[in-house]
Amino acid sequence: MNPDEPCPDCAAAEDLPRRRFLERLSIAAGAIGALLVAVPSIGFLLGLRRPTKVWRAVGNVGDFRVGSTTKVAFQDPSPLPWAGVTANTAAWLRRSSETEFIAFSVDCTHLGCPVRWLPGANLFMCPCHGGVFYADGTVASGPPPRPLTRYPVRVMNGQVEIFTSPLPIT
Amino acid sequence: MDEPQPASPPPGADVAPEEPAAPAAAGRARTSRAGLGARIWRRSRDWVDDLTGFSSLIGPILRHPVPRARKSAWLFVLGSATLFVFLLQIVTGIALASAYVPSSGQAYLTLQFIDSTKLGAIVRGLHYFGASAMVILVGVHAIRVYLMASYKYPRQLNWLTGVVLLFLTLGMAFTGQLLRWDQNGFWSAVVGAEQAGRTPFIGNWFGHFVLAGDTAGGATLSRFFAAHVFFIPALIFLFLAIHLYLVLHHGISEPPQAGRKVDRRTYRQWYHALLAREGEPFWPNAAWRDAVFGVIVIAIVFALAVMIGAPAVNAPPDPTIIGASPRPDWYLLWYYALLSVLPRWIENYVIILAPLIFIVLLVALPFAAPGGERSPLRRPWSLFIVAGIVVTIAFYTHLGSLAPWSPRFDAAPLPASVVGVKYGPVALGAGVYYEKGCEYCHRISGYGGIRGPDLSDVGDRLTADQITTRIFSGAANMPSYTGNMTPDELSLLLAFLESRHIVPPATAAPAGAAPGGNHP
Repeated sequence: MNPDEPCPDCAAAEDLPRRRFLERLSIAAGAIGALLVAVPSIGFLLGLRRPTKVWRAVGNVGDFRVGSTTKVAFQDPSPLPWAGVTANTAAWLRRSSETEFIAFSVDCTHLGCPVRWLPGANLFMCPCHGGVFYADGTVASGPPPRPLTRYPVRVMNGQVEIFTSPLPIT
Repeated sequence: MDEPQPASPPPGADVAPEEPAAPAAAGRARTSRAGLGARIWRRSRDWVDDLTGFSSLIGPILRHPVPRARKSAWLFVLGSATLFVFLLQIVTGIALASAYVPSSGQAYLTLQFIDSTKLGAIVRGLHYFGASAMVILVGVHAIRVYLMASYKYPRQLNWLTGVVLLFLTLGMAFTGQLLRWDQNGFWSAVVGAEQAGRTPFIGNWFGHFVLAGDTAGGATLSRFFAAHVFFIPALIFLFLAIHLYLVLHHGISEPPQAGRKVDRRTYRQWYHALLAREGEPFWPNAAWRDAVFGVIVIAIVFALAVMIGAPAVNAPPDPTIIGASPRPDWYLLWYYALLSVLPRWIENYVIILAPLIFIVLLVALPFAAPGGERSPLRRPWSLFIVAGIVVTIAFYTHLGSLAPWSPRFDAAPLPASVVGVKYGPVALGAGVYYEKGCEYCHRISGYGGIRGPDLSDVGDRLTADQITTRIFSGAANMPSYTGNMTPDELSLLLAFLESRHIVPPATAAPAGAAPGGNHP
C-alpha cells in the first residue's frame, strides 16, 4: 500500500465514488475558471484588426506630371491616437496618362521593405534583398514573387484619391 | 531520557569555516569584535533557517555530487553562463522598461531620452551586448551538448527543453531588436509579418495578427513589447525551471570517453556508482568555474557596453521615409543574406519548411540515438555537421555584413580618373551607366555595388554583342533594359563598357568584390 495515501485504513471502496466526484469537480472548476479568463483575453488579442477602408486624398491632379512617378503620403484608414508617425503610409503614384493614375504600395512583395523609385533607370529597387520592379510594377529581377501591389485610385473633384488597403501580405 | 539533547547543529553548519584561533595578544580586541560579528551573523542565519528551512532545501542541491570533469571541466560552464547573462538581461531589461514607453508614436522619443543619460546609454549597451552574449552562449552550449552527446538517455528531456529555450532566446533576440523602434525596428516588424505571412493557409491572417492590425501602426509595437517582456520571458522561466530541475534530477552528464557506451539498462546504476566512487560536491568544487567564467562574460559585456555601446538609434519609424535600408542585428544577418541569394522557387520552402525540418531533427535526435557512443571521436559526422552549420552561418553573416550588399543607393557618378576621358562617347556612356542605375549593383574600379559581377574588365571578357544581350535579356538578378534604353544610350553605354580593361594594380578594386557571381 502506498504510505502517502492519506487514509490507508479507511473503507476506501465506500469513499471512492465521492473522491472521484471531488476530483472531477475540482478539475472542472479549474477549467471553467481558466476559460473565463482566457476567452476574452485571447479574443481581444485576435480581434484588434479593424478593416475600415476609406478614400484618402493625396494631392491635386495638376501636381503630378504625365509619365512621372511620385511618392505620396496619406493616413491609415483608422489611425490610433498614439500611433504618431506610424499612422502614415506611403505609396508610389504613377500618372500614366492625362486621365490615368496607378498607385503602388511601397512594400516590396518579397518581404515588405520600402522600394525606391529611380527615375533615371525607370525602375523600383528594394533596399533589403535586391528586388527590382519595372515602372509598371512587374518584377524585373531578384526574389519578389509578384508585381508591386496596387491600390485602387480615382480622381474626385480635382483630387487624386487612394483607397486604403491592408498591408499586402504575400 | 529526560536529559536535554545536545542542540544539533543546524544543517549547513558543517560548511561554516571554523573561527581561526586568535593570534596571540596583538589583535585581541579586534578579534573579539570580529567574533561578535560572526556570532550575530550565525545566530541570525540560524534564526532565519529555523523559520524557513532553506538550508535543508538548498544545501543538498548545492552540494549534490557531480562527476569530475578533469580536462573538459571548462566546457561545462556554458549553460550556467547563459543563465547568468539571462539574469543580466532581466535586470537591465527592467531598468530599460521603467523608462521606455511601448507606444508606436513615442517609443522613439523615449529611446532618445534613455540614450541622453549617461547610465541609460550604458544600460542599453549592457542589454544589447547581453543579448548578443546570450545568443552566442546558448548556441555554443547546444553545440557542446550535441558534440558530447549529453542528450542521450536519460537526459532526452533536458535536450528538448534546451531546444525550446534556444528558440525562445532567438525569439527574444528578434523581438528585442525591434523594440529599438527606429526605422529599422519598424521595418523589422513589417518583414517579420511578411515572413509569418508565408505560412500556408493561414498566412494572411497570421501576418496581420503579428502586426496587430491591417497595417503596421499604433498597436504593432505594443504587441511586440508584450511578447518580449511578458510572454516569451514567462515561457523561458517555465522551461528554464524544468531544464534545471532535470539537470539536478538526472545529474550532470559525465565527460564522454571513446568506447564507453550508454546502455539504458545499466546507465543509471553505473552513473551513481561513478558518483559514489569519485564524485565531488557541486558547490564549490565545480561551481567556482561557473562563477569565474560567468563573471568574465559579464565583464566583457560590461566593457563592450561602456566602450562601444548599443547600436545608435537611427531615423524615426516613419513609413513615409523611403530612404530606409532595414538590416537586422548581427545575429540574424546570416538569415537576411540567405533570403537575398535564394532562388525564388525555393524561398517559401526555406522560410517555413527549413526551420520546421530543423526543429523536427532537433526533437528527433535524442530519441533516434538514445544510447551508444558519446565521444565525438567516435561520432565524426557530428563534428562535420557542427562545422557545416558554423561555417554556413559565418559565411552568410559575412555576406550580409558587406556594406552595400543589395543596391548601393548612395553610389555617386564615377570619377573622371576611373572613366579615363572627360569628353566623347566613353564619358557620355559613363553618364548613362550611372543614370540607368548600373552602378547600384555593379562595381568598376572599386566604385559601386557588389550585387552583380564586377565590370572593371568587362571589355576584356565580353564583346559588344554579348554585353547587349545581357543588357536586354537581363537575368535572375538583373532587370532587362528592353524598352528602357534608347539606341543612342545603348551605343554610348557600350562604348563605355568596351573601354573597361584590366586596370593597373595601383587602382585595382579593393577587397570584397562580387560574392560569387549571382548571374552569368
